[in-house]
Amino acid sequence: MTAGTSQLTSPPTSPLVSPLVTIRDLHVGYVRRRRTAPAVRGVDLSIGSGEIVALVGESGSGKSTIANTIIGLLPDNARVTAGSVLLHTGPDPEDADGPALDDRLDLDGHGRRTVEIVGAREKVLRGLRGRVVGLVPQDPMVGLNPTRRIGGQVAEAIRLRGVSGDDLDAEVLEFLAQAGVDNPQLRARQYPHELSGGLRQRVLIGIALAGRPRLIIADEPTSALDVTVQRRILDHLEGLVRESGISLLIITHDLAVAADRGDRVVVLQDGEIVEQGPPGDILVSPAQDYTRRLIAAAPGLAHGGQIVPRFQLPPEQVATPDPVIRLENVSKRYPLPGRQAGSFLALDGVSVEVARGRTHALVGESGSGKTTMLRIAFGFEQATDGRVSLDGVDITGLGWKQTRLLRRKVQLVHQNPYASLDPRFTVGQSITEPLVSFRIGDRRTRTARALELLDQVALPGSYLDRLPAELSGGQRQRVAIARALALSPELVLLDEPVSALDVSVQEQILELLTDLQERLGLSYLFVSHDLAVVARISHTVSVLNRGRQVESGSVAAVFGSPSSEYTRELIDAVPGQRGATRQAGSRDDDVREVART
Amino acid sequence: MTRYILGRFAQALVVLWAAYTVTFAVLYLLPSDPVALQLGAAGIETDKLTPEQLNTAMAQYGLDRPVLNQYFSHLWGFLHGDFGDSISKQQPVADLIGDRLGPTVALSITAATLSLVAGMALAYLASYMRWRPARLFLTRLPSFGASFPQFFIALLLIQLLSFNLGWLPATGVKGWKSLVMPSITISLLTASMLAQVLMRSFDDTLRQPYIVTARAKGLSRAAVQWRHGFRNALLPALTILGVLVGLTVTSAIVVETVFSRNGLGKLAQEAVLAQDVPVVLAIVSLAAAVFVFVNLVVDLLYPLLDPRIVQGRRKVASS
Amino acid sequence: MTVSVAHIASPATGTDPAATGAGPVTSGAEPAATGAEPVTSGAGSAAGEALLDESQPGGRRANLIASLRTLGSRPGFVVAVLFIAFVMVTAFAPGLFTSHDPYATAPADRLVSPSGGHLFGTDELGRDLWSRMLHGSALTIKATLIALGIAIVAGLALGVISGFFGGLVDAVLMRGVDVLLAIPSLLMALSIVTALGFGTVPVAVAVGVGIVPGFARTTRAEVLRVKTLPYVEAARGGGASWLRVLLRHVLPNSWGPVAVLAVLDTGIAIIAIASLSFLGFGAAPPTAEWGTLISAGRNYLVTAPWVSLLPGLFVAMTVLSLNHISKTLQELER
Repeated sequence: MTAGTSQLTSPPTSPLVSPLVTIRDLHVGYVRRRRTAPAVRGVDLSIGSGEIVALVGESGSGKSTIANTIIGLLPDNARVTAGSVLLHTGPDPEDADGPALDDRLDLDGHGRRTVEIVGAREKVLRGLRGRVVGLVPQDPMVGLNPTRRIGGQVAEAIRLRGVSGDDLDAEVLEFLAQAGVDNPQLRARQYPHELSGGLRQRVLIGIALAGRPRLIIADEPTSALDVTVQRRILDHLEGLVRESGISLLIITHDLAVAADRGDRVVVLQDGEIVEQGPPGDILVSPAQDYTRRLIAAAPGLAHGGQIVPRFQLPPEQVATPDPVIRLENVSKRYPLPGRQAGSFLALDGVSVEVARGRTHALVGESGSGKTTMLRIAFGFEQATDGRVSLDGVDITGLGWKQTRLLRRKVQLVHQNPYASLDPRFTVGQSITEPLVSFRIGDRRTRTARALELLDQVALPGSYLDRLPAELSGGQRQRVAIARALALSPELVLLDEPVSALDVSVQEQILELLTDLQERLGLSYLFVSHDLAVVARISHTVSVLNRGRQVESGSVAAVFGSPSSEYTRELIDAVPGQRGATRQAGSRDDDVREVART
Repeated sequence: MTRYILGRFAQALVVLWAAYTVTFAVLYLLPSDPVALQLGAAGIETDKLTPEQLNTAMAQYGLDRPVLNQYFSHLWGFLHGDFGDSISKQQPVADLIGDRLGPTVALSITAATLSLVAGMALAYLASYMRWRPARLFLTRLPSFGASFPQFFIALLLIQLLSFNLGWLPATGVKGWKSLVMPSITISLLTASMLAQVLMRSFDDTLRQPYIVTARAKGLSRAAVQWRHGFRNALLPALTILGVLVGLTVTSAIVVETVFSRNGLGKLAQEAVLAQDVPVVLAIVSLAAAVFVFVNLVVDLLYPLLDPRIVQGRRKVASS
Repeated sequence: MTVSVAHIASPATGTDPAATGAGPVTSGAEPAATGAEPVTSGAGSAAGEALLDESQPGGRRANLIASLRTLGSRPGFVVAVLFIAFVMVTAFAPGLFTSHDPYATAPADRLVSPSGGHLFGTDELGRDLWSRMLHGSALTIKATLIALGIAIVAGLALGVISGFFGGLVDAVLMRGVDVLLAIPSLLMALSIVTALGFGTVPVAVAVGVGIVPGFARTTRAEVLRVKTLPYVEAARGGGASWLRVLLRHVLPNSWGPVAVLAVLDTGIAIIAIASLSFLGFGAAPPTAEWGTLISAGRNYLVTAPWVSLLPGLFVAMTVLSLNHISKTLQELER
């Protein structure tokens, strides 16, 4: 632990609330090939009754490991090497027999029952799961058993409390309704695949509530959902726990979400707590460099919850006479899968152009058609309707072969750097592949070019012989960018290039992209669901919703004074706004507001 | 839904017809001299015949007609349950098969049941077991079962249970005792294959996030595996059921030969040894029919077990 | 839904392409990320992206050495490989391991039980069984190689063409494969043997043809999986021709599971070939394939069980070794 954090060994909780969970000096490691790699290193943390604690960290920070330790669901290869996790359950008036807590039973001064989770037997842990600690898992799409009805899956959790018969059915509907599931009678009879992602997440919340727990752990509860859905669900969950006095532990990678939701934000890095405190304090006066970097990297937080566009483009410059690429009235119709009749309109008359040396962004939630648009621009897909012209040349309807030479001017960077590099190709081979394909240069000049490209993306030349498996996500994305630059394109298509990366790495890649644009005069067509990221890099933007263009214009104009309801909703859903206002306003108003929603 | 079932039926019939055609092609087009091959099976040496005698012999077995003609008349016969005459045994193939069907059906059903039960039990146990050595042992077991040639297992069993211990008869088809060793021999292989597929499927299923959800409710491991693991793990394994049944049937060839059981498998072995083409054709087609039938049943059952499929169909129907 | 999807020998091929493509990013589960490559988890370190330790050896060679080291640390795998190597050597130079003539009869020494002089004992004519076994390797292993050659060439070609070109070609080829799969492979082999006559080569061809459909299916599934991966798309986007994409990206990356299957199929082919010669369709006496040897010993089970059982055990060990190698490689692939 660093010197700066040593003062935090006794965690500050509000004196009014008695702690529900006390974690002391917790060390957890994962055994791999007979070696233990530490994941959590000496964490002290307590969660008070009715408190909402947000645990923030990037991947590998140990945040999920802590959550799994509390609920006793660590994977088989995990070992708690030191420390203790105490759960103060208290006598439960509702069921006298209570879970089997006899193991290591300990009465503290306040007559509460205390259970040590570290080293507890499976039977004890099982008694705690569901009834003391509930879990809302990460990805709602795969969190429910696909072959059992919703009602049955909720009922299981209730039945463990000894409820049966008609009461059971009534409670199933009650908990579904509580979780905000519309038409519970119908939903209880349905299977998970018949429900949307947001609805499934609500069912999972219902399941977590069904055991009447003291604490709910929400592990990245909404990161798999669209921002607007995400916001509604988090609002609902927060209202529920505030109302019923359940403690909530939110695990998230997003400092903005944490600041919005938590009474207390705990920042983790490499298995250690870097900093913790009320969100207002942490955002305003972060004590640690790491926290400061996270805040700076979270576009929603850096400007007090406001989206501040990086580029201010005068309105008369938004249109350009000579765009690099122009897509006019593009529509795309897909036949429905299988033998279903009819078709699905993925794009409906969308027009987009990218000015030279500038970035145009396509923003929208999943299913908005933004990626389809990008693929049409790249030539992977043909538009059903509309015109595409590249560099002033109309290429509508031309096949891949005819436009091959023209296409040297357009290159693509994929979303997922873990999948976009051939695992068998060295970095050098990957970067020079476009050169080989177009028969440019010989072995020597290609290597020279590869070194130059590596330098441009700020990777050392020694990386030429590395395999992708040896690189981190950010490094891989740098290699992918270098490969896209190999043919010296004019336009680079960026398909959510940072969404798979950690926040701090995101920031570096965005910085690199802006820098490259300035130096090489590149134009970007940038697809993203994240408004804050868009504001950080783009000059102009089109907002798409279900295949239609909602509005477009300069980023400053669209985000500053949105003309459509949908854009406004998107902007409101950007996390980080409440956390920022909290420092000013009193928390109680905030809570009341949430409870109403 | 009716359209779906009818479609499946039609598809099954087409596959069956195609399989018959392929087998016919192999047997009638592949040999360099099909006439000599077939007449040889009847004990006639073609080199020693005068042209006239040869013509008479060919006419007798219908070999003088063009191949396409023979194909259609065979196919027509098959559709009516007439499989032609065995060349070496001078008997209708249908009668031969009818006589030999009983022991093989008894053996196949016993072996298939045994392998289903044993394979599932082994996989279930192996994925439930947490004590590493036992788990490792159980997961390695199928790999052994699938490595030993069936004739070797059969001989080993005979040596142990018949000759050394004298518990069971080494040969014959009389009584349930004669079924024990042959069905163990067959199911050792098929149960191993089933167990391997199921273990893998359990592995994947128990790693799914919804298993974590179930455990977080406070369910015991046994309850989680039974209620949330079993059905989901079974689904992918269903698709190999046809292959397993096919394997059970073909295993009968080796096993019946070793145990001298007068079943279809033995008949197949004798027919190949005598190069009795019509018998081989009939037996291969029969086995293909069993395979196609099992797959058809699985296809029709699948939507009942996996609600996602039913939903997909309904959508099709309504649109 | 096609039910005949699964080739029994390769439960591995059922993997969902979407799931595989997801990779460590979208799964995002903490333990997985932590347990992964140490370098990857370093991404979250203070500098954001810690550069690699330059002293570490890297690149393809290090990768290969690491894999070999992992394999070498598994004693079971090493034993299996050594045994297969031994069998291969006996197939091409049986004389190296025995001084007995496999055909020399010695009526005085008939049905002698295993001893130092006769490792596997002798058969009913007093011939040394160990020596006959080793000389039998020559025929059986050659038949296996022929069968495997047919399966790999035809199966690979069918699978690659079908998976890579898709569309109508794929539909037609795969319906054909479906039909072939409907005929159990041993029965297909029996038909071919009936048509071609008896002997080592017809048996080899028959078994090889029987393996083709499963092989084609696995290859196709792999090619289809790799074909949709972003790096293939990236290569196309970089201007690479389809041929280049196929040869440089798709084939090398689909090869793993196909190779695993090939090893597994070798074992299956050996059993099938031994079974066919056991049934009496193999080479004519006095030459002995493994199956024929075992079959011949059946008549002496009561008095001299080793005549059948020891060669049978030898076959079983060979197949077991192949299965073990295949399984280990498969675990490494995952």
